[in-house]
Amino acid sequence: MTRARFVLGVFLAFMLVAPLVLPEFQITLLNYIGLYSMVALGLVLLTGVGGLTSFGQAAFVGLGAYTTAYLTTVHGFSPWLTLLGGLALTFVISVFLGFISLRLSGHYLPLGTIAWGISLYFLFGNMEFLGGHTGISSLPPINFFGVVLDSGRKFHYLIWTLALLALLSIYNLLDSRSGRAIRALKGGGLMAESFGVDTARMKIIIFVYAALLASLSGWLYAHLLRFVNPTPFSINAGIEYLFMAVVGGAASVWGAVIGAGILTILKQWLQDLLPRLLGQSGNFEMIVFGVLLVLLLQRARDGIMPLVIHHFPEPNKPLVSVTHALSMRARPNVGENLLELKATRKAFGGLLAVNDLSFSMNSGEILGLIGPNGAGKSTVFNLVTGVLQATGGEVIFRGERINTLSSRAIAARGMARTFQQVHLLPSMSVLENVAIGAHRRGEKGVVSAALHLERSEEAQLLAEAARQIGRVGLGESLNEQAGNLALGQQRILEIARALCADPVLLLLDEPAAGLRYQEKRSLAELLRKLKSEGMSVLLVEHDMDFVMKLVDRLVVMDFGEKLAEGLPQEIQSNPVVLEAYLGGVK
Amino acid sequence: MNAEIALFLIQDGLTNGAIYALLALALVLVFAVTRVIFIPQGEFVTYGALTLASLQLGKLPGTAWLLLGVGLAVAIVELTQSLYLGAAQRIPAIVFKYIVAPVGLLWLTWWAAPQKPALTFQIFLTLGLVVPLGPMVYRLAYQPLANASVLVLLIVSVAVHFAMTGLGLVFFGAEGSRTPPFSDAQFKLGVLNVSGQSLWVIGASIGLIVALYFFFERTIYGKALRATAINRVGARLVGVSPAMAGKLSFTLAALIGALSGILVAPITTIYYDSGFLVGLKGFVGAIMGGLVSYPVAAAGALLVGMLEAYSSFWASAYKEVIVFTLIIPVLVWRSITARHIEEEEE
Repeated sequence: MTRARFVLGVFLAFMLVAPLVLPEFQITLLNYIGLYSMVALGLVLLTGVGGLTSFGQAAFVGLGAYTTAYLTTVHGFSPWLTLLGGLALTFVISVFLGFISLRLSGHYLPLGTIAWGISLYFLFGNMEFLGGHTGISSLPPINFFGVVLDSGRKFHYLIWTLALLALLSIYNLLDSRSGRAIRALKGGGLMAESFGVDTARMKIIIFVYAALLASLSGWLYAHLLRFVNPTPFSINAGIEYLFMAVVGGAASVWGAVIGAGILTILKQWLQDLLPRLLGQSGNFEMIVFGVLLVLLLQRARDGIMPLVIHHFPEPNKPLVSVTHALSMRARPNVGENLLELKATRKAFGGLLAVNDLSFSMNSGEILGLIGPNGAGKSTVFNLVTGVLQATGGEVIFRGERINTLSSRAIAARGMARTFQQVHLLPSMSVLENVAIGAHRRGEKGVVSAALHLERSEEAQLLAEAARQIGRVGLGESLNEQAGNLALGQQRILEIARALCADPVLLLLDEPAAGLRYQEKRSLAELLRKLKSEGMSVLLVEHDMDFVMKLVDRLVVMDFGEKLAEGLPQEIQSNPVVLEAYLGGVK
Repeated sequence: MNAEIALFLIQDGLTNGAIYALLALALVLVFAVTRVIFIPQGEFVTYGALTLASLQLGKLPGTAWLLLGVGLAVAIVELTQSLYLGAAQRIPAIVFKYIVAPVGLLWLTWWAAPQKPALTFQIFLTLGLVVPLGPMVYRLAYQPLANASVLVLLIVSVAVHFAMTGLGLVFFGAEGSRTPPFSDAQFKLGVLNVSGQSLWVIGASIGLIVALYFFFERTIYGKALRATAINRVGARLVGVSPAMAGKLSFTLAALIGALSGILVAPITTIYYDSGFLVGLKGFVGAIMGGLVSYPVAAAGALLVGMLEAYSSFWASAYKEVIVFTLIIPVLVWRSITARHIEEEEE
């Protein structure tokens, strides 16, 4: 039994007996910690993992609480029905809010959440039918299969069962195909898109998920207190929820519970201590919270969880053997026309970065695209992969015009790429990083991931990732953190990730940049091996020596135009190319 | 609604809108130079208003003690750093700036306050007590994180807002204050009664905007701030220190905040936590300008003021709801006009 499992067992046993032995006050505190944990869990997913910030979660708690308060007291609905009603309402509102703010750059979401957090608070306080600032009282208790939950002790089990289920669902979710995509949102959006992740949709999903957890917490809160008023749903409460998530940190879902626990107990203690110390009453704990948060962000930005978690190492999961490997796409015949650029043009304002460039490449070929600095190579790369849109001409891939498609749509047609500056998720393992490459080859979504109903597909994806890691020769580093690898290995890892997407064309953006001699040799060896297995490679490169020994044909660019095209030997002796590289004698 | 009420509401909206516009400009300035979304802007409004209110009652404002406390905290940080770096020659300047000067101001205020000096002197004293808090807050909270992402800086801002609101409660108490107007004059303009206070607010706002314009166009420090806003690394390479730019922009923001507080104090009752909402209304304006455009931010803030005036007439209970919900159409519009998903930093 690992240490983690032992502590978990002790925790569960404590939660089981707590209502039987602890005094009322402690039970109330535990109940609140459970309720806050649910909201903080959503924020760990949203902020800690996904890199999106919301100060408005308290408003979603309020939505859940007020929906049930109004419908149960005025219309006499069963709390179970109003739970669904509250979740449905939260779903609709959060999808709308997420849709309008998540496409904008990072800071609009938090600002938006502050604004509608305030807006909803004043709305609760001024709606006549919601009881104004006095609120709604005498809510019915929840009837759980005949047991009336009319005391904190009885409520304890319901709160913590739901909180732990919420925790489990997020834990499961993060350990899945969708989870890897979510973990890529922070710092890896461009990379994730190029492997078929719809990052905008993923952002909305985690935002809605966090909102629904907050709404659930609100429903429980309303029936625990059997009374609601606007105060607990103010923007300050929303800020405290975020504080809990930051204190806990993103390293583990347990951070949410620990953050909620620390903040709740600290607040209780400060609310007792500070007014006595200062001789007046008020929310003075705000000062301590504010100062603590600033210090925490200055000194330990990842919260306190990383300090805790290394005492509980998780063993590497053994790979599950699979009977069916992932299906592969049909490969083009060697020599078939694969990629063709026809008078492709890209203008940035008045600057022509690529000027009517035409070339084509065949299946099974390694084509090098070279040129001096500023020649427009990277722009061509971005035009082919759909990161940029051409302003003229065509890009044709396997007979289909692709230059109006998104990078996601292009990836789906069998192109996979690496990046000039490695785009890895350093805290994830090599295996998980490579598995992102196979994102498009799986189809199971967030719900089945949260319930872990997608284990057979997940095993297939991981097996494929492990196979590609073996193929490029990184098999020994399978469970290593990607950030710990040397640069050369990181570039190889990127190739494995691209291979995981089952591409027919591999695009490599300066793969030899910054590599040592030995690393370059093993990279060249790997690319030759891939070619012998039928892979086509388009290579943008600076390193002449590396390119000349490797490629079948070369396209040379200068000032956005094609200077020459041909076999490496021809290019090496081409006077125009020599002049562009070495400068001519006038 | 008749024409008279409509005109009155326009006057009301313009008066508040002018203050929001000032705050919006400060927010755009701070964001452009430091990438900090300056949520605590509103607390400077509160501190300015409540400090002046204390002085008018002949009481020693709590900000005098607060300034000393924050000054001591900065002094400790700076002295530790100087000793660590072996830069002992900086110690006298630090002691003077962060300990002697705040003590001097405390003594001056303690001596002057009971004598109820002239309004101009009170205003200068208020600014002297509140504005230095701006660069001090920058030094303590933001400077160690100057290279963090916008989101981390935003969370810091919210934390600073929390702490400053709480400190406002400690030093000013829970009761609200309202100062007498600068001028009781009333002008007849057709059917409309124009109050002297409105003219003061609008005039002072325009004056401040013009002064800021000259500061940015004509002075070397203004140009240094603009350079930092356009290209942080480039500005640094030609000798503009990011810490200086940060402190300077926070000083300006604190000055604008405190002045706004002084202007708004005779119009509404200000409590220790009122500044937050006032500042956020400036934000709604600033967001319309995408946090980058000064003219759009100012125009947006005026619109917020107008909307607030009219909604307080039609649906006064829902005034705040309407103003803050305005951000939703603004976000929709910005989201439609946004060209692509922007890649996050970090």
